[in-house]
Amino acid sequence: MSGGRRTPLYAAHLRRGARMVEFAGFSLPVQYTSILEEHAAVRETAGLFDVSHMGQLELSGPGALAAGDRLLSRRISTAVPGQVRYALLCNARGGVVDDVTAYRREGGLMLCVNAANIRKDFEWLRNHLEPGAELRDASDDTALLALQGPASAAVLGAVADAALVALRRFTFARGQVAGRGAMVSRTGYTGADGFEIYCGAADAEAIFEALLDKGAASACRPCGLGARDTLRLEAALPLYGHELDDTTSPLEAGLGRFVESDSDFIGAAAIRERARAGHSRALAGFVLEERGVARAGCAVAHGGREVGVVTSGGPSPTLGKSIGLAYVPPPLAAVGSEVQIVIRSRAAPARIVETPFVRGPRAGRRGAA
Amino acid sequence: MADYDIPDDLLYTHEDEWARFEGQRIVIGITDYAQQQLGEIVHVELPAVGTRLERGDEFGSIDSVKAVAELYAPISGEVVEANEALVENPELLNEDCYGDGWIAVIVSDRDDDEAMLLRPMAYRKHVAERSD
Repeated sequence: MSGGRRTPLYAAHLRRGARMVEFAGFSLPVQYTSILEEHAAVRETAGLFDVSHMGQLELSGPGALAAGDRLLSRRISTAVPGQVRYALLCNARGGVVDDVTAYRREGGLMLCVNAANIRKDFEWLRNHLEPGAELRDASDDTALLALQGPASAAVLGAVADAALVALRRFTFARGQVAGRGAMVSRTGYTGADGFEIYCGAADAEAIFEALLDKGAASACRPCGLGARDTLRLEAALPLYGHELDDTTSPLEAGLGRFVESDSDFIGAAAIRERARAGHSRALAGFVLEERGVARAGCAVAHGGREVGVVTSGGPSPTLGKSIGLAYVPPPLAAVGSEVQIVIRSRAAPARIVETPFVRGPRAGRRGAA
Repeated sequence: MADYDIPDDLLYTHEDEWARFEGQRIVIGITDYAQQQLGEIVHVELPAVGTRLERGDEFGSIDSVKAVAELYAPISGEVVEANEALVENPELLNEDCYGDGWIAVIVSDRDDDEAMLLRPMAYRKHVAERSD
């Protein structure tokens, strides 16, 4: 059915009736029963995702933190062990190599990176390492589960150390989950409260099944990539390859708060120069004002001219409307602007709105991409 | 593997549409396989009544939560009815794709089009080839 690489949870997904698709070279569930039900579970109770396809790159040694500061759009040396920071890896032209979550550990850091970029990131890091920094790709040994939704703490609390459940947003710790050693962070990619659980491949299934069993009472259900995409879109979180690529400045993508203006990371000067020259486009969120669904690749029109392009689009199950993200000329990115989205040669009216589209109690920040 | 309902009294296309011949009137829709693959359908773009279609013309589209699928005319002719109920209730395509979820009626003006469509056995094979 799908010929991609298998995660340690492949058999568990099939047992639970998942429909598998290939994504970034991996065979992963797109849904178990229904994207809408899985989406609702994360907004209302809890959902559990297998995101083992994502990569984990470790930097260690005496030069690790200096290398991190040079490579990441925010300093990691100022973080204390146990902190997580979302940041960009940038190239010398100020484009985005990848967007990552950086975990500050004792004696180094770990980067959680997008599955499609593991090889590219590894090469990029290796070619820009400072002396005294060692790079290791731990992706193949590491499974990653994302437990997301307002009931996440209750679900995790039933099987994990209390200290893990008490983690604050964007921090992490090691501990026991379902009797297995794991590293847990309070992060996610849904706009909801939640945790991401890193564990050895051999421990993944035990943790996955324990969370779903204990979650039964509070309706924790397994969720696929379909719901992951609708959830991240509602939270207006960027997806590499859609909102971000090697040519996009993080500032065009609205990620300025993750770029330290006084840091001397690779790409910093180019990002500043591009901002000084003035950006020709800005990322904006829109809501479609009539029936239809805007998809990535649809043109954005204004005054009878094509002025931009949709980078992500789809139905918002929470709002019951079609939403999307698009690059438009900066003046049109202002909230309230009226544009048209060209859907199959029809120009559908849309309005630029504030993002995130859906605000949870802790929406709008991201953990692993 | 999932089971797909493929009725014996319909003809099919490689693009997962069905056609029911009622004399010159031909009712068309999407198959159970198509609706299961698409998942929850949230929007349908219907053809305008009066549109003249050549077999293979794109005449509408179906959006599910995760994807959009184009509709292609299984036969040549004129659209004489479109199922307006799908505008308010696109989920009819998931619930009853061979009944209340019909999409349009075309009046055929080419006698040879019917021969171009797949018989149920052939369509079953076409589905099976993609389900393994």
